[in-house]
Amino acid sequence: MTATTAYQVPANLSPTTVANTSSLLRIVALALISGAAIASRLFAVINFESIIHEFDPWFNYRATKVLASEGFYAFWNWFDPTAWYPLGRVVGGTIYPGLMATSGVIYSALRAVHLPVDIRNICVLLAPGFSALTAWATYMFTKEMKDESAGLLAAAFIGIVPGYISRSVAGSYDNEAIAIFLLMFTFFAWIKAMKTGSAFFGTIAALFYFYMVAAWGGYAFITNMIPLHALALILMGRYSSRLYVGYSSWYAVGTLASMQVPFVGFQPVRTSEHMAALGVFGLLQIIAFAELVRSHVSSKQFQTLLFASVIGLGLLGTAAIVGLTYKGWIAPWTGRFYSLWDTGYAKKYIPIIASVSEHQPTAWPSFFMDLQFLIFLFPAGVILCFKQLRDEHVFVIIYAIVASYFAGVMVRLMLTLTPVVCVTAAIAFSTLLDTYLNPEEPEAIDEAPKPEASTSAVAPDTSSAPTKKQKKAAPPPAGSTLAELVTKAPGTSKRKTGVFGLDTRLLVVANAIGMLVFFVWHCTWVTSNAYSSPSVVLASSNPDGSQHIIDDFREAYYWLRQNTAEDAVVMSWWDYGYQIAGMADRPTLVDNNTWNNTHIATVGKAMSSSEEVAYPILRKHDVDYVLVIFGGLIGYSGDDINKFLWMVRIAQGVWPDEIQEPNYFTRTGEYRVDDQAPQTMKDSLMYKMSYYRFAELFGGNQPTDRVRGQQVPKTGPTLDYLDEAFTSENWIVRIYQVKKEDPLGRDLKTANAFEQGKKRKRTKPSPRRKAIA
Amino acid sequence: MAPSKTSQPTQSNAVLSLWKAYNENTSTRLKSVDAFLVFLMLSGIAQFLYCILVTNYPFNAFLAGFASCVGQFVLTASLRAQVNPQNRSEFKEVSPERAFADFALGSIVLHFFVYNFLG
Repeated sequence: MTATTAYQVPANLSPTTVANTSSLLRIVALALISGAAIASRLFAVINFESIIHEFDPWFNYRATKVLASEGFYAFWNWFDPTAWYPLGRVVGGTIYPGLMATSGVIYSALRAVHLPVDIRNICVLLAPGFSALTAWATYMFTKEMKDESAGLLAAAFIGIVPGYISRSVAGSYDNEAIAIFLLMFTFFAWIKAMKTGSAFFGTIAALFYFYMVAAWGGYAFITNMIPLHALALILMGRYSSRLYVGYSSWYAVGTLASMQVPFVGFQPVRTSEHMAALGVFGLLQIIAFAELVRSHVSSKQFQTLLFASVIGLGLLGTAAIVGLTYKGWIAPWTGRFYSLWDTGYAKKYIPIIASVSEHQPTAWPSFFMDLQFLIFLFPAGVILCFKQLRDEHVFVIIYAIVASYFAGVMVRLMLTLTPVVCVTAAIAFSTLLDTYLNPEEPEAIDEAPKPEASTSAVAPDTSSAPTKKQKKAAPPPAGSTLAELVTKAPGTSKRKTGVFGLDTRLLVVANAIGMLVFFVWHCTWVTSNAYSSPSVVLASSNPDGSQHIIDDFREAYYWLRQNTAEDAVVMSWWDYGYQIAGMADRPTLVDNNTWNNTHIATVGKAMSSSEEVAYPILRKHDVDYVLVIFGGLIGYSGDDINKFLWMVRIAQGVWPDEIQEPNYFTRTGEYRVDDQAPQTMKDSLMYKMSYYRFAELFGGNQPTDRVRGQQVPKTGPTLDYLDEAFTSENWIVRIYQVKKEDPLGRDLKTANAFEQGKKRKRTKPSPRRKAIA
Repeated sequence: MAPSKTSQPTQSNAVLSLWKAYNENTSTRLKSVDAFLVFLMLSGIAQFLYCILVTNYPFNAFLAGFASCVGQFVLTASLRAQVNPQNRSEFKEVSPERAFADFALGSIVLHFFVYNFLG
């Protein structure tokens, strides 16, 4: 034991002290990480208020209110007649109820201990709360991959990484808020089940899988990841009874459990997405049986026969699945699934999916924006996994490959990539720290290493060193009890490679800490600036730098709530359906559920055709009010004119004869709203409603649309079939009332003309009048 | 197993020797577990045949019954693998008592869902 150390390690510590201290430090660190994870998600509450964000959360919130006030059974059987008017929606059978059930349970538990917390606050704060649990689950997961120090780093990364914060800030009450925790915990339980061969962890994995199925449609990711991992292990010749126990107990219990969710139903035995899991399950049974037979018979011939029959049965099973798919008993892949492989597929066949901004392919900068330096460490971590390549590392590698692909295809799936990036980055980072914090010096080749004893300089390092490198395979410094702890791992007696001296160590560690500091900085900045806007309330800054709140949405929705009949039907583009239902409490034609493409196309047609064509559609659907979002005055770019082309495309998909996208472009192929706009565009209901009376605001000056940066005509469009009912402060929300038929049976255009006293000379042709009457 | 017809004599020989080896090398406990496994398999096959030949009408009930058989089968097979002395080296962290506790927990959870799904 002649190894020298770069800095002094306290020698008189007992192993129990070290173990206790390090576990205390771990608990404290995890508690602090949880605190940081929660706190960094509260920007939205502090900058704005405790409010539900965006679109889907409004529906979840509304459903949770029903659950909290009317009980679980009423929620389960809830038929909502106000959505998808006049069709209605069976809410209980068409949602993933996990999120609402979670809030409902928390709500009831708090009430049981006499803490009357408002259900809204529970909904708002659910996501931050679960992010703390996610950090813990990631810690457990990474601990299985490397050790505790890597686990703590991974927990810290996932706690504050923007890629995850983007979907889990306070108020972002969506399925993903709890799903990532469930994802990580299911994976952890699976790894544990596979490693130890414990049916207990298999059952735990199945239970959390059930929770995940109940909470998020992305459960299919788990359904395919775990079989993929099992299959990879089998193909690598790593089949073991442990794998059999872990996988079988997970699949048998988990699949049955997943079918309890009404929205999933019989899908696990009927759709192609779930067949991989079933196939691997069958394969494992065959292999297990073959292994059993093999353990009893050693005849060579018999074994070859066995091998052949295993392959034969495997092929037979695959053929059976394919055959059943052909016969139609198993549904083929769905369109949503195809759009993952062929990025152009959705745009061609299902424009409704392609129209959602979070389904677009990811832009390169957003990888850096969401993951910062983790994205650079990610490949390094994957390579480190390859170096060890235990069974669980195979999982991380597969996860990394699959999730990278998916994240490239869809912005939204960045969320599934984030955990594995955090895990691998933590493995890489902690390996770096292990190497450079390890006090061992390598064996000198030519001369004896100079003994470093500058204790004053390294005082801060010594405290963190023991926890950071417990399992590092390093030979012990002579005589220290701490070293005995270190030698738990089977290490050879001498290190051939390593780091000399203190200066290199300090340089590298200081650099590493610098990276961490910048990471924290970046995360805080991104979170507070990019991801904490509720999008229901907008913010801008006044000339003096103070914050100016733009509250048009709520203003308009409350106007609807207070000034219209309770059963007044509001038509808007589907994006705003949930918000109208949640805030204005009025029936809507279409909402963010998007289950009926034709109904949405009907709305698209009404919006994109002329008043005369749109009016019968509106009347047939009992529409009383039409709501449009217009950002031209204040420069709000997410308005309906910018979404208009999607309405046209979706309508064109159903009525290709009546609506044609090229008609909405100028002859040179530009999308314009000024005087050069094509006549179809100018006649469309959407254009008219957006720019109606817009010019009057400018008092005779040239009116300018600030979003499109174009000058709109001085004489704006006129409306004959609709009345302006309400326009919000900044003109973002405009609500129009649909006129009833003229009591005298004239068509409304002529009636209007008559009212204004214009064109009295030009009498209406009587046959037309008859036709209307 | 799928014994092919081409090598019938050697086949039956091999099966016989397998049966002999099994009888000699397996403890009574494992044999009783195996008997349970065979029973579960037969029960599952019977249900499957009923589903194919007669009706699958309450499909959830069929699934529940079938999943009960399959689930119980794999849980029992897991128990068998875990308590098999030959596998001792593989399951270092699972003692036979622990294995039985796992088995019991898994079965309870499984049959909770089965019961819920019967309808």
